[in-house]
Amino acid sequence: MIEIRAATVAFGAQRNKTLKLALNAVSLALPQTPSITAIVGESGSGKTTLTRLMLGLLKPTQGTVLYEGHDLQHMDRQAFAKYRREVQAVFQDPYSVYNPFYKVDRSLLLPLQRFGLVNTRDEAYEHIHQCLQAVGLRPADTLGRYPHQLSGGQRQRIMIARALSLKARVIVADEPVSMVDASLRATILESLYRLKTEQQVSLLYVTHDLTTAYQIADRIVVMYNGQIVEEGEPESVIHAPKHAYTRALVAAVPPPNPDIDWGLVAKALPR
Amino acid sequence: MRQASHPGKDKFGGALLEVRDLHVEFATPSGAARAVNGVSFTLQQGMRLGLVGESGSGKSTAVLALMQLIKAPGRISGGRAFLAGDDLLAMTAEQMRQARFSRIALIPQGAMNSLNPVLSVCAQIDDLLTAHGEKTDPGKRRQHVADLLHRVGLPESVADQYPHQLSGGMKQRVCIAMAIALSPQVIIADEPTSALDVIVQKQVMQTLIHAQEEVGAGIILVGHDMGLMAQFAHVVGVMYAGRLVEIAPVHEIFSNPRHPYTRMLISSLPTFTTRKVFRGIPGVAPSIINPTTGCPFHPRCPSAVDRCAVDVPAEEFVAQDHQVRCHFAREGVPTSAIGAAVD
Amino acid sequence: MSHAPTRLLRILRLLGKEPLLTAGVGLLVLIALFALLGPFVVNVDLAQIGAAMPRQRPSAQYLLGTDVQGRDILATLVLATPQTLKIGFFAGVMGLGLGTTLGLLAGYFRGWTDTVIRTIADVVMTIPGIAVLVLVATNVRSMTVALMAVIVAGLAWMYPTRTIRAQTLSMRERPYVDIARLNGVGGMQLVFTEIFPNLLPYIAASFVTAVSSAMLATIGLEALGLGPQNELTLGMMIFWAQYYGAILRNLWWWWVPPVAMMALIFIGLLMTSTGMDRLVNRRLRVES
Repeated sequence: MIEIRAATVAFGAQRNKTLKLALNAVSLALPQTPSITAIVGESGSGKTTLTRLMLGLLKPTQGTVLYEGHDLQHMDRQAFAKYRREVQAVFQDPYSVYNPFYKVDRSLLLPLQRFGLVNTRDEAYEHIHQCLQAVGLRPADTLGRYPHQLSGGQRQRIMIARALSLKARVIVADEPVSMVDASLRATILESLYRLKTEQQVSLLYVTHDLTTAYQIADRIVVMYNGQIVEEGEPESVIHAPKHAYTRALVAAVPPPNPDIDWGLVAKALPR
Repeated sequence: MRQASHPGKDKFGGALLEVRDLHVEFATPSGAARAVNGVSFTLQQGMRLGLVGESGSGKSTAVLALMQLIKAPGRISGGRAFLAGDDLLAMTAEQMRQARFSRIALIPQGAMNSLNPVLSVCAQIDDLLTAHGEKTDPGKRRQHVADLLHRVGLPESVADQYPHQLSGGMKQRVCIAMAIALSPQVIIADEPTSALDVIVQKQVMQTLIHAQEEVGAGIILVGHDMGLMAQFAHVVGVMYAGRLVEIAPVHEIFSNPRHPYTRMLISSLPTFTTRKVFRGIPGVAPSIINPTTGCPFHPRCPSAVDRCAVDVPAEEFVAQDHQVRCHFAREGVPTSAIGAAVD
Repeated sequence: MSHAPTRLLRILRLLGKEPLLTAGVGLLVLIALFALLGPFVVNVDLAQIGAAMPRQRPSAQYLLGTDVQGRDILATLVLATPQTLKIGFFAGVMGLGLGTTLGLLAGYFRGWTDTVIRTIADVVMTIPGIAVLVLVATNVRSMTVALMAVIVAGLAWMYPTRTIRAQTLSMRERPYVDIARLNGVGGMQLVFTEIFPNLLPYIAASFVTAVSSAMLATIGLEALGLGPQNELTLGMMIFWAQYYGAILRNLWWWWVPPVAMMALIFIGLLMTSTGMDRLVNRRLRVES
């Protein structure tokens, strides 16, 4: 569905300084059938740049980004509008995705109106009510409020409801639970997981947390320093990693079981 | 109220820090918010205590109070904290200033960003040493700085570098070096690795343990990562809505959690063993401005009965070093919910 | 379901919390009332030349005395104050309006738009305002209040441009702007629906500064004699007073009232802007 071919994104002055390559000839394709792909990487791995490419918020310095086989840069208006509707995002910070000047209703109403999915306001609200309930929120508790009056978990779920209401086919979620309390994370991840099983929505789950990626994904892609170093099914990536970086990443996750020796108390210090 | 016990006192040195019934309040336009509501624990020499909780649990506030770092509109409204016999909360400002870093040190949240960007590492550590009255000549102080850096696994060349030239992990290790510079008795680490990549995180935690062993201090690690606590701490305390709802040695708390919140928290942790199973804790985070009556967890507790909404649970011993604040701590979870009055 | 109180109510309640702000706004409102209602209370015909005996000290009949041409100072003050306020207000609004628009465009679209706007603003900022004002004023045949406002506005837009541009640069990186782009909103519409509303606090703060610097520039020009000769403003009152040697002839009641009124206006503006600053800072402190 979305395909990135040999994309390179470079930042920095072009003259005599060395270019910083945020992404280095990366190719990735999301399958047609609804699935959850996890992109795992640390800061500087290029995963956020990848999401921006997929969302059309950034142009690659080299390479192409295709949606349904068409290059994003050369799409006609109609096709691009369709792309915009079908590919939506859930970002990391549940607060700054809302314009603090407006109530949260606007985040849900505006795209519906812009994409011409509803004809009247009442129709819009009915649709919104359904979508909010689908992510486990009560419309009475969430609509009509300003962002600062809601909790982080609620705000994040409204964003998911928004993507749902637009009948998106792909949701790009960039660290959707890292700024949410631990007790709510599982609930939000479950909402995202059910989007695939119940609504046939594909999910691109970008994170630095390998364990949640293992929990939710059908496929894990590991990125390091602007390149993909390993990809495959979660079982093989986690339990039989091939690349040294993946191995280091798996070994660096503290298991929540004190009986397992993680090797924290070492004899000599790491350098 | 019962005295805090001394968990695992056979393994560690004597009691180092005894916190009794700590209360911290914040004055807000909507009333007083009880950020820390009666917290007691004991830290022994050589022990690593982990305080775990979510946002709003009061864990950071509690440890900042120990160093009198609570600023208005917050204030310490009750409790005592004895460090080797001296009450930290009763110290004057001058006494506290001298005690900070020489007896009790802090590695604050985002410590890497609290390094002065215009001073070299050596200058900053030097600053700390002279502020606490180390008057030896510059040559000896330089040697001391180099020595400190070695102890945290950094080469001496780092001393002449500036913070922006160092990676996140290295900056954090500089902060650890500063924390042990005056050989304090207690080191408080407030989410020291939250902004670091997971690979660097392990290295920094290893450095912290090594540093602890070097000076023989006790460590209080404040965080929200249960996995890290399982590996790092000897004793784990779980905080919820300003109260310490459970505290036990780490093996005990993971194999036999008695408080419903602890239980649900542990079972919600993702691991590399199961996929596609999501167990969250329903409900919303507790409000410390308008706290509920009775047990703070009862609105979200699957085992709550009528009594839970009325009586605040007291600390109960369920095992020698294991304390829980739950009405059903000893008996376990009741199978029928309504009207089961147990005492 | 509890709704937040209307936005206007919230803003008014907020403004009431800072005493300095309330005092500043109150003072400005009083001055505005004086300007608006003065003509109904005071006989403005007395501001005509020869309406009264010249060079009279303040008395029961002429509360602020009269000038060398027989005009009642109080009546003159009542007529001059609204003119000065008008110039300051319109110059401030025009300068700020232009500055905000340019700042938004430069900050959001970047590239050539930004370079051009920024360069022009920087260059014009360094030219001494008085020199430009004097040059224009001396080459105009007859100066009017409206023309003064335009000239002064032409020199008041640069600082707001820079401030608003800086804010826009930071706001365009916010995730809610990304979400708006994902909604298919772009370009000018995005700038005015997403970024502009969040700039209102900065604009409000810049407005007070813009108005006071516009008034100062105006009064400066007028005192130099380059103001509208046929219209009454506070600055012109000072000019005439000085022209006819009021200071030397100890006709203090001629130049003290306009100076005092100007001082009050500036004090009001200063209190308002400091009050706003304190209010914003206090909110920042409590929210963090």
